[in-house]
Amino acid sequence: MTGQEDTAASADSAASGDGAPVHDLAELLKQLGPQVLGILVRRGADFAAAEDAVQEALVEAFRRWPNDQPDEPKAWLVTVASRKYVDAVRSEVARRRREERFHEEPDQGATEQADDTLLLLFLSCHPALPPASAVALTLRAVGGLTTRQIAQAYLVPEATMAQRISRAKRTISGERLTQPGDLGVVLRVLYLVFNEGYTGEVDLAAEAIRLTRQLARTSDEPEVAGLLALMLLHHARRASRRNPDGQLVTLADQDRSLWDTATIADGVRILQTALAKDRLGEFQVQAAIAALHADARSTAETDWTQVLEWYDELARLTDSPVVALNRVVALGEVDGPLAGLKALASVDPGVPRHAAVAAYLHEKAGDLAQARDLYAVAARAATSTAERDHLTRQAARLHTDGT
Amino acid sequence: MAKYLLLKHYRGGPERSPQGCIPMDQWTPQEISDHIGFMHHVADTLRERGEFVEGEGLSPDGAFVRYDGEGKPPVTDGPFAETKDLIAGWMVIDVDSVDRAHEAAAFLSSAPGPGGVPLNEWIEVRAFMAEPPVITE
Repeated sequence: MTGQEDTAASADSAASGDGAPVHDLAELLKQLGPQVLGILVRRGADFAAAEDAVQEALVEAFRRWPNDQPDEPKAWLVTVASRKYVDAVRSEVARRRREERFHEEPDQGATEQADDTLLLLFLSCHPALPPASAVALTLRAVGGLTTRQIAQAYLVPEATMAQRISRAKRTISGERLTQPGDLGVVLRVLYLVFNEGYTGEVDLAAEAIRLTRQLARTSDEPEVAGLLALMLLHHARRASRRNPDGQLVTLADQDRSLWDTATIADGVRILQTALAKDRLGEFQVQAAIAALHADARSTAETDWTQVLEWYDELARLTDSPVVALNRVVALGEVDGPLAGLKALASVDPGVPRHAAVAAYLHEKAGDLAQARDLYAVAARAATSTAERDHLTRQAARLHTDGT
Repeated sequence: MAKYLLLKHYRGGPERSPQGCIPMDQWTPQEISDHIGFMHHVADTLRERGEFVEGEGLSPDGAFVRYDGEGKPPVTDGPFAETKDLIAGWMVIDVDSVDRAHEAAAFLSSAPGPGGVPLNEWIEVRAFMAEPPVITE
C-alpha cells in the first residue's frame, strides 16, 4: 500500500496528467471502484459476483456520501462491497440449497494497487470474450466508467450495453486465473479502445491512455510501453486531425504547431526506454514510426528512409496487409511514386485504403486523370464519412483543376 | 464493434422463395402471429446478446417530398404503389464482425411464413459509416 495520495495519483487521467485532488464525487467513485474490485478479486472473490457487489456499494456511496462522507472512503467501500459480496454468495448458495457456507470471506491482506490493475485487466480481457465484450468490461471494471457512459461512447442503448457486460461476466464467471492472463489480448483491447476515437461524451482515447499507463506501471514488458508511446504520439496530434469545420486533415497538411510537444516528448521517452530492452514488437515499431513523424517539421523534412526501415521491420513482425500498404506509402516517399506503384501491385487490393494510396501515388507521378478516378473509387470504399468526404474533395480538386 | 442496418423489404432485392410471394393477408391469423412473434424473438435474442441497437417497422405508404424554392410549400409526389422497392422495416445491430452481422440477418430471414416454413426472405445488410480510426499510418 503506497498511501491514499499515491493511489489517487495513479488513477490520474491522461488529459489532466497530474494527481490533482478529487472534488467531484462521481470522479472519486470512478477511481475507487476499480481499486475496490481489485482488492476483492485478489482476496479470492469471484470476479463477476465481486463486480456486482462493488457496483452496489458504489450506488450506496453515491446515495449516502453527499451527506455523510466517511473519513476513509476506500476502506468504507471495501467493507460495504465485501459485505454485499458475501451476502450475495450466501443467498446464491442458499438458493441452490447447498449446505456449506461461503468460505472465502475476503481476508485483510496488504494491498498492491498495481497488481490489482493487472489482475482485473487479465480477467476483463479474457481470451474467451469477443472484443466488444472485453472492451466494455474493461472500461467498467478497470476504467470505472458507468454502463451509461460506455453505452454513450459506443452509441448503443444502455440496456444493450448492460446485457453485453453481464453476458461477458457470465462467460468468465468462476474464472480464478491460476496463471497469468494473456497480455497480448489486453494490449489489443486497449488498442481498440484508443483507436475508436472520440464520438461521445467519454474520451475513449484518454481512457485508453490512462489504463495503459496504469498497466505500464505494473509490467516491464516493452510492448506495453510501446503501446503507451504509440497512443501518446498519436494523441499529441489530436488537435490537428480535423480543421475547424470538422474535416479530416491528413498528416501532410496538419498544422504541426498544434501538436502537443510535451506529450510527444513523453511518448518518445517511454519508447526509448522500451527499445533499450531490445525485445522488439509491433507496438514499439509503430510507435517508432509515429515518433519519426512527430519529430519532423513537415512531410518534406520527415526521415522517410528511417520510416521505411521501420516498416520493413514491421513487415517482418506481421504479415498484415495494412502494414504492406503503409510501407508502400513510405517507399513512395523514399524511391518515388513509380517505385511505390510498382510495390503496390503486390499488395492485396482488398485492403482498406488501397485505392486511396494508389490515387495519391498516381497524383505524385503526374497522372492526374487516373488519380482523380482512383480518389472517387477510394471515396466509395471509405468506411467513415470523414474519409469519404476528404477523398471526394480530393477527386473534386483534380476535376476542377481541369484534368 | 461495428453497426449494421438489417433492412427488410416488402419488394425488391433478389428473387423470392415461393412462400415469400404469398401476400401476408392470405396467411392464416396464426401464421401471421407466429411470424411477428418470431421477429420479437429475434430482437429479444439480440438484446440478450448485447447487440441490439434499435428496430422499427415502416408504414408502406409514403410520399416523395422536395424543396420547391423560397416561400413555396414542399412538393409532394406519390404514393407509388408500383415502385420496384419498398422497405418494410429495419433493425440496427452492433456486432463484432461482418460475419456476425450476416448470421443475425440469416436468423431474421428464417422467420416462419405460410405453413410455418421459413420465409427465407432476403435481408439487406448495410454497414454504418464509422469514425475514422485514430491510428492509420
